[in-house]
Amino acid sequence: MIPVLSRAEVFLDEWYDFRDIGNAVGELQQQITDWGAPDWVPYVTASLIGVVSILLWTILSVLAFIWIERRIVGLMQNRIGPNRVGPTGLLQPVADVIKLLLKEAITTANADRWLFWIAPIAIFIPTLVVFAVIPFGEQMVLADLNVGVLFLIAIASLNTLAVFMAGWSSNNKYALLGSMRTIAMLISYEIIQVLALLGAVLFVGSMQLGAIVQWQVDHDVWLIALQPVAVVAYIISGAVEMNRSPTDIAEAESEIVAGYHTEYGGIKFGFFYQAEYLAGFAITAVIVTLYLGGYTMFGLEEWIPGWLIFLTKLYTFFFVFIWFRGTLPRLRIDQLMAFAWKYLLPIVLINAVLVGGEMLLWQEADLSSSVAIPAFIAVNLTYAVLAVVGWAAMLGHTTPERTAHRAILTREVGTIHYGEAAPNA
Amino acid sequence: MEETGTVVAFWLFAIITIGSAVAVAFVRNLIHAVVFLVISFMGVAGLYITLSADFIAVAQILIYAGAISVLMVFAIVLTPQGERRNSEGFLRLPALVLAALMAATLIFVAVDTGWEIADRPGFDETASLIGESLLDKYVLPFEIASVLLLVAMLGAIVLVRPEGAVEEE
Repeated sequence: MIPVLSRAEVFLDEWYDFRDIGNAVGELQQQITDWGAPDWVPYVTASLIGVVSILLWTILSVLAFIWIERRIVGLMQNRIGPNRVGPTGLLQPVADVIKLLLKEAITTANADRWLFWIAPIAIFIPTLVVFAVIPFGEQMVLADLNVGVLFLIAIASLNTLAVFMAGWSSNNKYALLGSMRTIAMLISYEIIQVLALLGAVLFVGSMQLGAIVQWQVDHDVWLIALQPVAVVAYIISGAVEMNRSPTDIAEAESEIVAGYHTEYGGIKFGFFYQAEYLAGFAITAVIVTLYLGGYTMFGLEEWIPGWLIFLTKLYTFFFVFIWFRGTLPRLRIDQLMAFAWKYLLPIVLINAVLVGGEMLLWQEADLSSSVAIPAFIAVNLTYAVLAVVGWAAMLGHTTPERTAHRAILTREVGTIHYGEAAPNA
Repeated sequence: MEETGTVVAFWLFAIITIGSAVAVAFVRNLIHAVVFLVISFMGVAGLYITLSADFIAVAQILIYAGAISVLMVFAIVLTPQGERRNSEGFLRLPALVLAALMAATLIFVAVDTGWEIADRPGFDETASLIGESLLDKYVLPFEIASVLLLVAMLGAIVLVRPEGAVEEE
């Protein structure tokens, strides 16, 4: 029989224990303190290391995924994808970046110069800040805020104004239409997002992301089993926030040129492009942390570095979003909004109430977690199936709409109107 | 407030908050004014963080910088007079008087109050404490506020509903 060594027995958590780079940073902090530096020096050093490594990681991941995504989508669409620059097109992202950097960043004559320059940065920074609260490993988190989940939502909500700034300052009809669509979309799906995350927070009883991962370790269960509906709702609202297909109506080429990207070129467009990827990674990281056990893998994290597990999960899950992009057609804006308000919102609301009831039962009846968790998994899975099947059946009984009804807001924002003449036209 | 970092952060956020608040009043373009207002909100959120009020800080960003700002943008875009530039109009003088009175009142209260330093240590986590008191001691105001918001939302929907909407369905 192989003796099971605990993590501490193998490496004693020394600084060279690369399973958690937090050890090395902690050792460095200790050294700096021993040298007699002021209090703030080790703190600032650790923060700088965290910021720089997150920046490096995001840049490298984005570069890698520009190539990976294009190759995968190419495979899905029965074509080759980038294959000219370097072996099998591996240097394509490098070439892209050089092109973006060298290209002239045009500011159109009637643009609001000040906002036009600020907007790409204002979109980029919040998506980067999100990674500060994501635990890459047990000690590898820049700031494990005890309002972590709320922080994620708050930071994501900052994007809305930045998108408006981009659309409005371009002084272009298509840009403004695109940004207005995005705002309508983001506001609607933010509610879904909040209610979906509420389920996980209710189960754990904490908004701290580290505590949520720890809860999943303690109870030997991933929250995806307890929250199947919320995960799906969150993935959908995440796809909306990422602004990628099938929900990229903000830049739907066939309808409004490229939305608020229309007037942007060169490195300013590069910021938008990278922010989009970063938002994708951020959403995936949140899903992995909250619902898929984060940096843990049922004991495997004793042997394999936690950050490696985390990144594996993240990249695997990001593939799902690439899959969406490669296979699903774009939704129309009225369909997307109706889906949020008429379908997803009731489902996640009932889910939140259900979780609240379960937690009340768990605490009041003093159930042991070995009884409660399997029971709740069964109940929630049943609810998930009922919600999806029942709702779809109910929708199926209504007569299908031959012509699109435009919602009031979207009538202002503008969509393609199929079948009948647009009102007041 | 003894630590150097907190003091530096306080003055930084104070300058950001007041500087962009001044800019809101003096900038000519209304959309620029909204952007400055958002920066000001974020400065206030930073001040909350220096006070260890993390929940209120995040709520400030979520509600004011994220939601209220969009509301204002919509108000500006949908208002027929939205093209008109900031600080023009017959209400300039009354607004100045009102602002001066408001500032005088606030400064008077701030100077006049005998501020006492609390004996107890700060809270570790404010979110759960706020949640508990909202659903325990202050449950009635909390529920009334939520019903009020629901009524306001329904009212808004009824108001903007077009005439023929019922027949359409």
